[in-house]
Amino acid sequence: MTALLSVRNLSVTFGAVAAVHDVSFDIPAGACVAIVGESGSGKSVTARTILGLAGRDATVSGSINLDGPDLDGPDLDGTEVTDASPRRLRALRGRDIGFVSQGALVALDPLRTVGREIADSLRIHTNLSPRQRQQRVIELLESVGMPEPTLRAGQRPDELSGGLRQRAVIASAIALNPRLLIADEPTTALDSTITAGILDLLAGLRERGTAILLISHDLAVVSRLASHVVVMRDGVVVESGSTQQVLREPQHPYTRDLIAAVPGGHAHVGSPAGDPVVTAVGVTKRFGSRVAVDDVSYVLPRGRTLGVVGESGSGKTTLARLTLALERPDAGAIELFGQPWTASPERDRTARRPRIGAIYQDALSSFDPRLTVRQILSDALGSGATVGGRATEAELVTLVERVGLKATVLARHPRVLSGGQQQRVAIARAIAPRPDIIVCDEPVSNLDVSVQAQVLTLLDGLQREFGLSYLFITHDLGVVRQVSDELLVMKDGVVVERGATEAVFAAPQHPYTRALLAAVPDLWA
Amino acid sequence: MKRLSTVAPSVVVSLAILLFIGIAAVAPNLLAPGNPLAIHPTASFLPPSLGHPFGTDESGRDVYTRIIHGAGASVLIGITATAIGLGLAIVFGLLAGLGPRWLDFGTTRLLEVLFAFPGLLFALLFIVIYGPGVLTSTIAVGLATAPGYSRIIRSRVLVVKRAPYIEASLVLGRSRFFRVTRHLVPNVAGSLFVLATLGIGQSIVWASSLSYLGLGAVPPAAEWGAMLSGGRTYISSFWWLTFFPGLFIVLTAAATTLLGRGLHERVRS
Repeated sequence: MTALLSVRNLSVTFGAVAAVHDVSFDIPAGACVAIVGESGSGKSVTARTILGLAGRDATVSGSINLDGPDLDGPDLDGTEVTDASPRRLRALRGRDIGFVSQGALVALDPLRTVGREIADSLRIHTNLSPRQRQQRVIELLESVGMPEPTLRAGQRPDELSGGLRQRAVIASAIALNPRLLIADEPTTALDSTITAGILDLLAGLRERGTAILLISHDLAVVSRLASHVVVMRDGVVVESGSTQQVLREPQHPYTRDLIAAVPGGHAHVGSPAGDPVVTAVGVTKRFGSRVAVDDVSYVLPRGRTLGVVGESGSGKTTLARLTLALERPDAGAIELFGQPWTASPERDRTARRPRIGAIYQDALSSFDPRLTVRQILSDALGSGATVGGRATEAELVTLVERVGLKATVLARHPRVLSGGQQQRVAIARAIAPRPDIIVCDEPVSNLDVSVQAQVLTLLDGLQREFGLSYLFITHDLGVVRQVSDELLVMKDGVVVERGATEAVFAAPQHPYTRALLAAVPDLWA
Repeated sequence: MKRLSTVAPSVVVSLAILLFIGIAAVAPNLLAPGNPLAIHPTASFLPPSLGHPFGTDESGRDVYTRIIHGAGASVLIGITATAIGLGLAIVFGLLAGLGPRWLDFGTTRLLEVLFAFPGLLFALLFIVIYGPGVLTSTIAVGLATAPGYSRIIRSRVLVVKRAPYIEASLVLGRSRFFRVTRHLVPNVAGSLFVLATLGIGQSIVWASSLSYLGLGAVPPAAEWGAMLSGGRTYISSFWWLTFFPGLFIVLTAAATTLLGRGLHERVRS
């Protein structure tokens, strides 16, 4: 059988920068090929080039050939994408190639109903009457597993959850039965139970003969869906082969690093528990009539990590904010070293705040945009009584080197640093006042998998060196397994399960925990 | 050289105009050594020529010399009025943005009432009460522009106040005073600077309008608005008496506005 999509020696350059170099692969009908790589590896550029969307500044060479068995619909006739006219490309896109973009949560027009959005491609590419189109939209929504399709078709994107929006995007991508579906990070930013549903949906499409090109940084997702894997780094294919072969017996050192960096491969070995540093008793927080955190209690001992897992809206971030005394609980209280914390007024807290630090998911927005790394860290080292601080250069250099950065970053603004470097600066700022506790709210969720592993190793080293206690908030079960000694599983503001991390992973008691664990695409299974 | 090429031409031209007007305001004798008030009855109403590039007025005073010497007064009025407006606006904006809710409510309602008045009408009302003159017209223009600025500053304060980096500073145990002085004020001030440059041009136009109505500086003072007012009688026969002061008002306002825009783009990028 000939391949549906055949990419040969594809190179894409932007000016002097080679984004993609000499990439070749085939996708037969009904197969899924995954391109795996980290930010800047050229995987998204490859996908966009196949759609003829590389952009005006790009120089494309090589061949992208669409062919395949004549099914119903117009013949692809070995169309050469790199030579195709803009008109021909427009006809290809939507009808023959469907695209599920990375920013699925913003890919839908907020002012139009989901149904109209999906009907668009039907209106452009078919002669269906409005009534037939409406009928087809409902069928499509049904086929992507959208509950109550008739109701949903009339809703706007902001009325849908992230998972339902992603389903709507996929419905619009498959509206015309494309023979090739390009999915660029289709499950990034989705919770794990929702990810599982989307992956099942894509697998179903593949069974029915759609070829899928999956772009992902997540090896676990890839292992579930793809039969072939192409590993890219710096625009070059470093390894390719069947999924089994590449993941089980990686040949290239980079692939091996990528696989080793996937969190959850090994369990956390913690230090013995010390005295409690944070104690929360019956903490409840309401926003209006919604109960964000409902009667949560926990004890965080010195030198240990308490993981808090849950999906979006489970109340885990509110719990972090309560622990930092950024919100006042409506009932219950949190104590720090046995002293009242949330119950005392802010002016009593301010002096004790340096003992409990925080790092955030979005490190960049937690830095004053006017300040350089030197000023930020100098402020954090200073007493806070004076503007500017009085940290010595030697202290600053020691601090940045402790988090694995070079002294040259001191003069720069955080916005010009990479995501991993930004998070390292945030960690340096958090440890500068020598805290006892650090509240980590999704600290590695925005990072590439190998950078993620480095940051987690750094946090682990700091914990051992300074005897830090972490309250570690994450939606990623692999990450939490790797870092935490004990675990709270939250759902709708309530702790549904708690215990030693390994015990929870080995024998989950609550149905929700079991569902969460079952939904994780497990590379290690 | 590379840096120069990234600056928009409009900004370069604006800077050149403002430099010229700045020199005129600080050291008028460098550009026009004559006396702006010297009368030459024999040389009245001379059209623009090499000797008198902008012509002469009804008393034979050189219009060019008067414009150069009037720059100081006009620009000073513009800057002072903007400073008064922004000064008040900073107080109101910070009070509303940082104070307790009742204070925000009170301040905002007051500003809305003031905002409902057209600015120039408000300035006229102030002059009616306190009498005409350079000082009162300057204060009047400052007062009239304050509500608009206050609103902008208040909304900036509200945005910056909730920024994650302010919260991060709180988590580090920084006092409220530190958070306001180190993070909030500088980040609000960035946009203030742009507002100020945009505002000076407007203030000069307004102050000139008041002078033209005879409520600010009065002839024979070499203030641009007053010169316009003085030349009003002769507008149909001797165009240069009103054209050149008007041109300089427009140039100054346009140059400061363009510069403000340029800075705004830069701040945003």
